[in-house]
Amino acid sequence: MLYFILASLIYAFIAPFVHRAAGKYGIAVQAGVPLVLFVYFATFLPDVQKGEVYTEIYNWVPSLGVQLYFYLDGLALLFTLLISGFGTLVMYYASQYLKDDAGLGRLYMYLTLFMVAMLGLVTAGNLVTVFICWELTSITSYLLIGHTHEKETARQSALQALLVTGLGGMALMAGFVLLGIAGDSYTIPELLTRNDLITHSSLYLPMLILILLGAFTKSAQFPFHFWLPNAMAAPTPVSAYLHSATMVKAGIYLLARLSPALSGPDVWHFTLLVIGTTTALLGAFLALQNSDLKAILAYTTVSALGLLVSLIGLGTDAAIQSMVVFLLAHALYKGGLFMVAGNIDHAAGTREYPLLNGLHKQMRFTGIAAMLAALSMAGVLPFIGFIAKELLYEAKAASSYIILALSFMVSVAYVAVATIMGYRIFWHNRSEPTKLKHQGQVTMAYPPLILGICALVFGLMPGHFVAPILGQAASATLGETIDFELSLWHGFTPVLWLSVLTILAGIFLYSVLQKKREPIAILQKLYANGPNKLYFVLLNGLQRGALHLTATIQNGYLRLYIASIILTQVALLLYTIWYNSPTLQLQQKINLLQDVLFHEWLLILLVLPAIYMLLKTTSRLTAIATLSIIGYTASLLYYLFGAPDIAATQLLIETLTVVIFVLVLHKLPRFQYLTHAHRRIKFVVISVLFGATMTYVLLLVKQFPLISNLKEYYGQNAYLLGKGKNIVNVILIDFRAFDTLGEMTVLAVAAIGIFALLRLRMDKEEKA
Amino acid sequence: MDIVLPFITGLLFATGLYLILHRHFFKLILGIILFGLATNLFIFTIGRLTRGGSPIIPQGSEVAIEPYADPVPQALLLTAIVIGFGIQAFAIVLVKRVYQAFGTNNLDDLNNTDKTIIPPKE
Repeated sequence: MLYFILASLIYAFIAPFVHRAAGKYGIAVQAGVPLVLFVYFATFLPDVQKGEVYTEIYNWVPSLGVQLYFYLDGLALLFTLLISGFGTLVMYYASQYLKDDAGLGRLYMYLTLFMVAMLGLVTAGNLVTVFICWELTSITSYLLIGHTHEKETARQSALQALLVTGLGGMALMAGFVLLGIAGDSYTIPELLTRNDLITHSSLYLPMLILILLGAFTKSAQFPFHFWLPNAMAAPTPVSAYLHSATMVKAGIYLLARLSPALSGPDVWHFTLLVIGTTTALLGAFLALQNSDLKAILAYTTVSALGLLVSLIGLGTDAAIQSMVVFLLAHALYKGGLFMVAGNIDHAAGTREYPLLNGLHKQMRFTGIAAMLAALSMAGVLPFIGFIAKELLYEAKAASSYIILALSFMVSVAYVAVATIMGYRIFWHNRSEPTKLKHQGQVTMAYPPLILGICALVFGLMPGHFVAPILGQAASATLGETIDFELSLWHGFTPVLWLSVLTILAGIFLYSVLQKKREPIAILQKLYANGPNKLYFVLLNGLQRGALHLTATIQNGYLRLYIASIILTQVALLLYTIWYNSPTLQLQQKINLLQDVLFHEWLLILLVLPAIYMLLKTTSRLTAIATLSIIGYTASLLYYLFGAPDIAATQLLIETLTVVIFVLVLHKLPRFQYLTHAHRRIKFVVISVLFGATMTYVLLLVKQFPLISNLKEYYGQNAYLLGKGKNIVNVILIDFRAFDTLGEMTVLAVAAIGIFALLRLRMDKEEKA
Repeated sequence: MDIVLPFITGLLFATGLYLILHRHFFKLILGIILFGLATNLFIFTIGRLTRGGSPIIPQGSEVAIEPYADPVPQALLLTAIVIGFGIQAFAIVLVKRVYQAFGTNNLDDLNNTDKTIIPPKE
């Protein structure tokens, strides 16, 4: 399996070249890759249907316990077949839909990449690989939504999807780490058997919240549902693939996959049920408020995802069975309807359904496909959608009538939407048929037609095709083997009457919608202030905040930088001294004054007037002269206290500085006071504070004896090891020779810099 | 002297910082030089003062004989002084060039030397 997936991954990167080289016929290869994968995964069907699990393990990062672990059971196989099967159709559909698009080759690459990531996600048996693939699907989704990157809305929506799912991904990672700690394993098959250990762990609640955040953002659950309708900025093939059949179901997959490990505590069931039902209702309601076909479909997808989540939340055998059937049914009809919407958009140039009328003559095949899909969506008898709805009602009826009533309302909305999609646009002849830009293309109608036929065949013969694999998927979700039988006809049960009632109510709702189309004003206001608005407020706030922060910190004024650095240092020093250090014994220190010799006093008395002069003078020459007084004094001090080398160096440097100053003096700016008096007071305060702190630190340090083995070491070894009698010299050129080399390099760089500055020729503009 | 040098060091620090905080280029350089001096004195003082006693091994001996000054801070200082000089020289020439190029002696005027940038708000 590794080779198949790796080969597809490598192929993804050469897909654009294949497209360029093979042109029109390249589609055989592009669609061929998912087809081969589909066939490959289908070969596992006989074994997996018997309840066997196929595994393949490669050690990837053994030290971290990360394995490339392929784990193929019923649930994973169901998803791989969906992903690769849809992949084939979508590749073909994209080749027709974007026939003249220059970016088609790129789109193939992203689609293939996405497919590989998705396959990796559903077959991964290790949390780390799950996470990596999870993030890959987010990234490829970003690239795919932003396919028409010339449009600002497309870029914005792509970024939104990336940020929302990416943040969810981060939460998921944290959740996985907690799960790994609680379950003492990162391997999914092991975790699945440790339900007790995990659900009784003290980490359970934070872990659950984080994992649910990841799943809910990915699967567009309330309140993160807003990114999915915006993601409709993507080209329709992408919407059909990612945002109906596969990527948004990744969250569902994750919940179903981890359900045996995490389910049990009330908080799991309750949260999933409440969030799922809320999302289902909200999505259905919002779908009816829109007139853009893709927006309607996007909101019904949100709603369907909500239903799936709520079914996982219920967690009963019946609920999980209906979950897997509904998952398949939804993928089939929603993918088909998205393609239908794309065909209409392609041919008519609009997706506003009130503008579309009687298209069946011009787009016959698309119309038939739309009808098939819509009938399945509405849950009409021979279709798989019917079976799904029957099971849904049965599962919900078994739990509570409130939940059943809510599901009923959602289903009624689906019927209304299905009527719009399958009937209103194509067969309803209220006025003149809409004029199309071009006739419907038969080739573009094939993929949705195939999906529609699948929905019909699976519905007519559920036992033959889908029941065994769905049964295994349900067993994997429940964590135990169950009997699973699917049949079309359940007899005249109450649930059947409820189905009939649903369809009638849905058609009634449709006719009401036809008469009254104005959106409700108050609700419009509410949408405008929904989570989408919050997202933009947060995003803009973040950007503005960053701008303010940068403007404050990076203000471009040297003195403010320095002042803030100095003040921070002083604050830290004083804080430490205040809490951790002994107090200064000044009394002892004063006695030390007697030790100061006469000539030392003389030197000090030389420094004080020099500093005074330096601050007061307005002459540059005086300033330099007084500065050198201080420098020479320091050099004398070094000499007096046993450092003749430093004294000599200081003397030399001081002299050189004066020479350089004098050499460039006539080029230097005039000496004047630029700073206002009140600012100067601030400076004085900061400076005095800093000077006083340094004095205090120094006095404090000198209160303690210096314990240094280095002095002795160098004293002992300078001659014996370094063959030199001047210890300082030996340190510099022998013991620490590399430091000195570095120092020389610094000087050389400075010299080069000075040379470059002096030789630099200014252009004329700069002189002016 | 142990008692007096900390105060001298603090005074030099304060003066140096005060000059650096000004907008004038020339004062900035003076400030940097003074600050460097103060830092050197700081390290020197922290390494303990020893009157006389250079860290030099006397004639006829193979090891140093107490009292002699700690050679470690001295080695550090030598490096620091030389590097400091490199910075000073560079700064002086830089200021000269900037003054020639922009005709200003005000640091704040250098905030926006790029021609396209919008003037800052203050």
